[in-house]
Amino acid sequence: MSRKVIVLPCSGIGKAYGEIGRQAVYELVEDLRPEEATTTCLARLVIDDPEAKALVHDNIVITIDGCTQDCARKCVESTGKKVDSSLRVIEAFKQNRGLKPEGILELGEPGFKLVHGLSQRLSEEVDCLLRKEK
Amino acid sequence: MLELIKAIKVGVIPCNGEEICEGTLTRFASRKVLDKLRPDSTVTICLPLFIAGEKGERNFSKTFPTITVDGCNKRCSQISTERLSSPPRFSIVVSDVLKEHGIAPPESRRILASKDQAAVDLIADEIARKVDEILKNG
Repeated sequence: MSRKVIVLPCSGIGKAYGEIGRQAVYELVEDLRPEEATTTCLARLVIDDPEAKALVHDNIVITIDGCTQDCARKCVESTGKKVDSSLRVIEAFKQNRGLKPEGILELGEPGFKLVHGLSQRLSEEVDCLLRKEK
Repeated sequence: MLELIKAIKVGVIPCNGEEICEGTLTRFASRKVLDKLRPDSTVTICLPLFIAGEKGERNFSKTFPTITVDGCNKRCSQISTERLSSPPRFSIVVSDVLKEHGIAPPESRRILASKDQAAVDLIADEIARKVDEILKNG
């Protein structure tokens, strides 16, 4: 059976970066690459949930972090799995400097423009990692 | 100084459950408490910082009395806080509270519908009540 790509956003709740990462992951796993990519709760790795650990250990993993603490990447690596790719939400801002999310969880139109850019970037990363598998 | 902060602030720690609809409710309800209901008496932390952060983050629930807000019965926030910081004062499980009140969980984890505001309000009010209880009883 071919491996899937597990895409894990951080659990950021203090700034809009966390929500942008989460929404980009939802867009990826529900709209752009529903067959190839999926996600799970990051907190399940924090409690050493066996099912979540097996999921990340047996598949390809991309993390997307909202800040330099890199919680998503570090949580995966704390289970002994090296991530295959790690991105930061700030990358989406570099290409769209004028866009400012309206709120922390309610991003508004400018925030969702950043989400769309980031989900495209994620889908390219998924394709790239899956090509390497073949 | 730390003791003064400890006396006036309560930590709210949502699981954030990215995979499930109830996880989305933990975020929206916690933010409502932090931003609107009890902005002067609550603080939060991203749960994975208990692993990714420094000693300061791991001491979060030693510094503040905490309320964990979990989306499901896996209770990731409660268990992580207990194991990696200090036991929370109260633990709320969204799926249990919704069931108790006969409210259906959201249909999407991505965007909440207007009908889901009742669930956000219910959970946020429950958190705010626990905040008041902690502040009252110390």
